Amino acid sequence: MRVDLKHAAAFVEDNARVLDLGCGDGELLQYLQESKSIRGYGVERDQDAIESCIQRGVNVIEHDLNSGLDRFPDDSFDIVVMTETLQALESPRTLLRELLRIANRCIVSFPNFGHWRCRFQLLFRGRMPVAEHLPHAWYNTPNIHLCTFRDFDELCQLEGLEVVERSVIDPNYRKVKSKSTFSNLFGTTGFYVLGRGR
Amino acid sequence: MKASVPDTRDSVGIVEPQLLRFEQGVTLQCGEVLPNFELIYETYGQLNADRSNAILICHALSGHHHAAGYHHENETRPGWWDNCIGPGKPIDTSKFHVVSLNNLGGCHGSTGPRSTNPSTGEPYGETFPTVTVRDWVNTQAILADALNIEKFAAVVGGSLGGMQALQWAIDFPDRIGHAVLIACAPKLSAQNIAFNEIARLAIKMDSVDGSSDGALPGLGLARMIGHVTYLSDDSMGTKFGREVKSGDIEQGKDVQFQVESYLHYQGSRFAQTFDPNTYVLVTRALDYFDPAMEHNDNLENTLRRVKAKFLVISFSSDWRFSPERSDEIVDALVAAGKPTVSANITSSFGHDSFLMDIPRYFNVLKKYLASVAEELDA
Repeated sequence: MRVDLKHAAAFVEDNARVLDLGCGDGELLQYLQESKSIRGYGVERDQDAIESCIQRGVNVIEHDLNSGLDRFPDDSFDIVVMTETLQALESPRTLLRELLRIANRCIVSFPNFGHWRCRFQLLFRGRMPVAEHLPHAWYNTPNIHLCTFRDFDELCQLEGLEVVERSVIDPNYRKVKSKSTFSNLFGTTGFYVLGRGR
Repeated sequence: MKASVPDTRDSVGIVEPQLLRFEQGVTLQCGEVLPNFELIYETYGQLNADRSNAILICHALSGHHHAAGYHHENETRPGWWDNCIGPGKPIDTSKFHVVSLNNLGGCHGSTGPRSTNPSTGEPYGETFPTVTVRDWVNTQAILADALNIEKFAAVVGGSLGGMQALQWAIDFPDRIGHAVLIACAPKLSAQNIAFNEIARLAIKMDSVDGSSDGALPGLGLARMIGHVTYLSDDSMGTKFGREVKSGDIEQGKDVQFQVESYLHYQGSRFAQTFDPNTYVLVTRALDYFDPAMEHNDNLENTLRRVKAKFLVISFSSDWRFSPERSDEIVDALVAAGKPTVSANITSSFGHDSFLMDIPRYFNVLKKYLASVAEELDA
């Protein structure tokens, strides 16, 4: 299993109600169902991913996150997970608010645009960055709202969110490190556990 | 048309309808009692040793028990859902024992308006008692008892059939493993009811006028109206466009568009085979269906008691039972914490999509039911 998913699983309590937005093939939910007997639902719009979820025996709702999350009532889940999806959404700030309306805890991960490779390509080659953790060209990337770790920290502050956990995942999903001073330069994927705060 | 020999590879082949008579009678939701009744049904595929692999097919407005295979070698068309039921097909008869019946009040062999009322010796006609979705489910359970099927692995239905699957999950939580709801809604909208009422009025006009003196009977008109609502603007455009079948459109003389001709054909063919009183009865059952009503219109609370797992499938161009109506069911299931899979299939065929072999639709159904079969083996 991808290390970020494993890491995410550590923050999910037994028997929790889990909503996994952009759940992909349902790997995380299946793992959580088997190891923590959670009651989970995935939300996905990709056809193949939905069929994989069906084969894994994972609950999955076909839904486009860009059409909002009105259908999920306040506090209807214990935790919402959204890995590697925030940057591809039309309104990430609104969605972030929605996550913490639906549950009082959420897990969010996203690629770091402040990674040195990105900075290097833009500064010295004058090109839009393409890197291992951001593999698309500018004209076909699904990632329309990229940010750096610092940018995201600022948004969390602006929204008054409680940052429960902040870590960095390496590009091959091999290890998790705690977020340090230089992670905005060397970290590729940010992993945050957030609470409502205030 | 020359009869095609049934394809034995993925067809259930020649099937024979069975008729069961129930002498114990049944009390209907309206309070009336049918002293006895008959249900006609077909089965496909083998029932396994522990009798756990049965799937019940619930039919929609104009459906019946003949869902798959052929009644005889010269039958020109197979059962109405033959593309979906058979060995290797989404409802795989090499894994499941499929039961398909004609509902009570129908006109294809089960007790209905054409049957003789034992207390008068005359056909029931329009005096056949009001039948609800709950009555259908109840009598389907009586049939299951007679077939010694304690629990269905799945109850599957499209449109009105989906409503029966939903009612099954609510009324018999221990007797259904999975509910598969296709192009369904938790209740009809005002627009749906309006279309049904227009159809019923078309039928009633016949009896007002005496007869339809050779022109299209009211039932045919009712079917034409219904048919338009099962298609989409897109699919009608693709199929017919503005193509003229006969006449001169420039002179405006005796013009008949292809779409007119098609609807007339559909209407008159339907009127020859279907019973108008059944049509009225079934549209009424559709209108009255609203399982959340007895729970203060709260579908979530209504579904708390269900134990079945759900697959809910909708189609993008279905405006009769739109994807939003399916989502109402999905959202209530999620809120009630029930296992649910939902898929919205992109299709241009409107409500009728549920009868089409749309690849993604069939893939989803096939994979879901394959997991049901695995569950049985586990």
